[in-house]
Amino acid sequence: MRRGNIYLLIFILALFGFALWSIIPLDRDVFGREGLRLGLDLAGGSYLVYQANVTDVEPENRDEIMQGVKGVIERRIDALGITEAVVQLQKREGEYNISIQLPGIADIQRAKEMVGRFSLLEFRERDEEGKWIPATGTVTVNGEEEEQVLSSRYFKENTYIDVDQLGRPLLVFEWDDTGQQLSKQITGRLIGKQMAIFLGDEPLRGEEGDIIAPVVRDVIEESGVIEGLSLTDAQELSRLLNAGRIDVPLGRWVDGEFQPSVPLYERTVDATLGQDSIRKSIIAAAVGIVLLLIFMLVYYRLPGLVACLSLGIYGVVLLSIFKLWPITPITLTLPGVAGFILSLGMAVDANVLIFERTKEEMRGGRSLGAAVETGFNRAWTAIRDSNITTFIACFILIWLGSTLGAFMVKDFAQTLLIGVALSMFTAIVVTRTFLRLIVGSRLVTNPTAYGLTRLPGEARNVK
Amino acid sequence: MIDFVGNKRWFFLASGILIVIAIVSLIVSQIQIDSPLRMGTDFTGGTSMILEFSPPVEQGQLREEMVDLGYDEARIQDAGEGSFIVYTREITSDEATTLAEKVGAALGSQIEITDYYLVSATVAARTARNAVIAVVIAAVAMLFYIVWAFRRMPSPFRWGTCAIIALIHDVFIIVGIFSILGGLAGVAIDALFITGLLAVVGYSINNTVVVFDRIRENVLKQVRPDFAATVNDSLVETLGRCLNTALTTFFVLLALFLFGGATIHYFVLVLLIGVIIGTYSSICISSQLLVVWEKRDWRALLPFAKRAT
Repeated sequence: MRRGNIYLLIFILALFGFALWSIIPLDRDVFGREGLRLGLDLAGGSYLVYQANVTDVEPENRDEIMQGVKGVIERRIDALGITEAVVQLQKREGEYNISIQLPGIADIQRAKEMVGRFSLLEFRERDEEGKWIPATGTVTVNGEEEEQVLSSRYFKENTYIDVDQLGRPLLVFEWDDTGQQLSKQITGRLIGKQMAIFLGDEPLRGEEGDIIAPVVRDVIEESGVIEGLSLTDAQELSRLLNAGRIDVPLGRWVDGEFQPSVPLYERTVDATLGQDSIRKSIIAAAVGIVLLLIFMLVYYRLPGLVACLSLGIYGVVLLSIFKLWPITPITLTLPGVAGFILSLGMAVDANVLIFERTKEEMRGGRSLGAAVETGFNRAWTAIRDSNITTFIACFILIWLGSTLGAFMVKDFAQTLLIGVALSMFTAIVVTRTFLRLIVGSRLVTNPTAYGLTRLPGEARNVK
Repeated sequence: MIDFVGNKRWFFLASGILIVIAIVSLIVSQIQIDSPLRMGTDFTGGTSMILEFSPPVEQGQLREEMVDLGYDEARIQDAGEGSFIVYTREITSDEATTLAEKVGAALGSQIEITDYYLVSATVAARTARNAVIAVVIAAVAMLFYIVWAFRRMPSPFRWGTCAIIALIHDVFIIVGIFSILGGLAGVAIDALFITGLLAVVGYSINNTVVVFDRIRENVLKQVRPDFAATVNDSLVETLGRCLNTALTTFFVLLALFLFGGATIHYFVLVLLIGVIIGTYSSICISSQLLVVWEKRDWRALLPFAKRAT
């Protein structure tokens, strides 16, 4: 038993040490995570949601085209020099929504302008000086000759990926009538030379960061292939080209009418307001925690001190979890911080349940050691059953939070869920181990130290 | 020993009064503003923004200026430190910037839009619908959970029902308070209000389960032959825990309420009221209902009926 406790103590200290190491300083890179991920209400920034107008797209192509639209938006925002932007595609009840998160320093007006534009991709060739200029040809429209740029608009069908005999990926494309006329002229004069694909003023680049610029091998009229691409590059290029084939305006539907460029949802928070919120939250947390600690110490004395210690471990481990959470990082928003602070208050609950029970058992005449053990065992069912209700509430909130307008709800529920789960661990493992060691070491045997006002008869014969 | 069970009529009376006040307030609000609660941007759609003025201006001045500019329907709430929260019909961020410039020029103050929020009516309707679904699912899920947790007790459904009645009681009182706040102070409910409400529901049931757990244990141990006495014993035994947990949670929430800033002010208020009401209802409502049901002493629910012998 005692050896088991020592092992547990070592485990707890190791966990605490690791957690402490991982969060100090908070913005140090640990396993690729730097600092806590702050939501837009704390860091400042914008959150925009647009509906896509996919009426011109064949239903079976919509998923693919929307992936391309998303890729196009990512590239455009990137080109503005806005890093850390997150673009997400959500499909709900046959509707496509594009959500865009921009950090606080971003030029939101510019970003909004860029988002709404048609994502046409242009083919370009090099002029004498080696600069990329649009590849143009002449086509006959309504009997008049016009000069036009070869672009993704002229694909007949969606491009697709195939493989050659050696299993290397090929991107296959087909031109419509105009595309055929242009392609014939352009590829005819460019044999042996490179062509690049541009989105706005930026060339498309492969995974490695090099410009995608295939060499023209033959005159391409009806259809052609692009070879020499990695599979990922080929897939990405295919998506982008397809997205540029049809105009998919972003905006929103109102009573069956489409309003372009107007977001379905927008929230923009000034970075200074976020700073202010962080400052206020820290003050609130500090005051709350101090009140909590004083109360626990005064009311429960020695076990209260133990609870404070395990609460300290709880706080550090929780912060570390927030920082290192795998898969999707946890974003801390203001309600999330409230959830964190609330979970601190509730984390004490499990300790309180145990201490009250232990006191009762001591009053009932059990020895100190036995009272602690019985206290833990009896309190466990209550801790388990009661926390499950909080979990139920949290899961429902996470579902509710996945609706558009309520993304902060999810955040609160997530932090509360993780907090309550961890609090069960700290109460059952950390507090218990500490108490067992203190009781077992017989350093403190005076029942008044455990919050009892009068000495029960048998409690004096502590074994 | 405190006699909780003996005083149950008083608890029922007090809660009854609170619930009647809540219902009256909901009705009055329905008549006055055509909605039982003042709905925020999340549920109605529209635009809300925080305007920060330097130097500060009076709320009345801002109000007049907004009306002059044709935003008659705008609702303004003081957020302290020279800031106001303005709720209007849907206006784009460009329009909002122009509006802020005009108001600033007219009032001789620099205005910064520190928080701009636009929700289209479609999203708002969906959020509102989902919020209602969430609350209903939560209640049903908790009922099933309690029935399951107390499956070894005779008539577990009764335990679940009593817990859910206490839960509805909590929700009613909080909703009532916010209905009054909506009428008097223009406080609107948003998605965070629903979040707070569900967190409170979790907390309140949590408390009830702790008390029920003790009743279950004492019933199984058969310490007392009488159910009412067993319940009272259990309440007295768990009282320390209930109050202390409520207090520790209350402390941290109070700190958040006082220092945490305007954005989450009313969210924290929901939690704060919820902790108090949730603790009260698990001691004074759900457990007492259990006794009433066990004894079939339905008249105890009525405040002035004759006492059953």
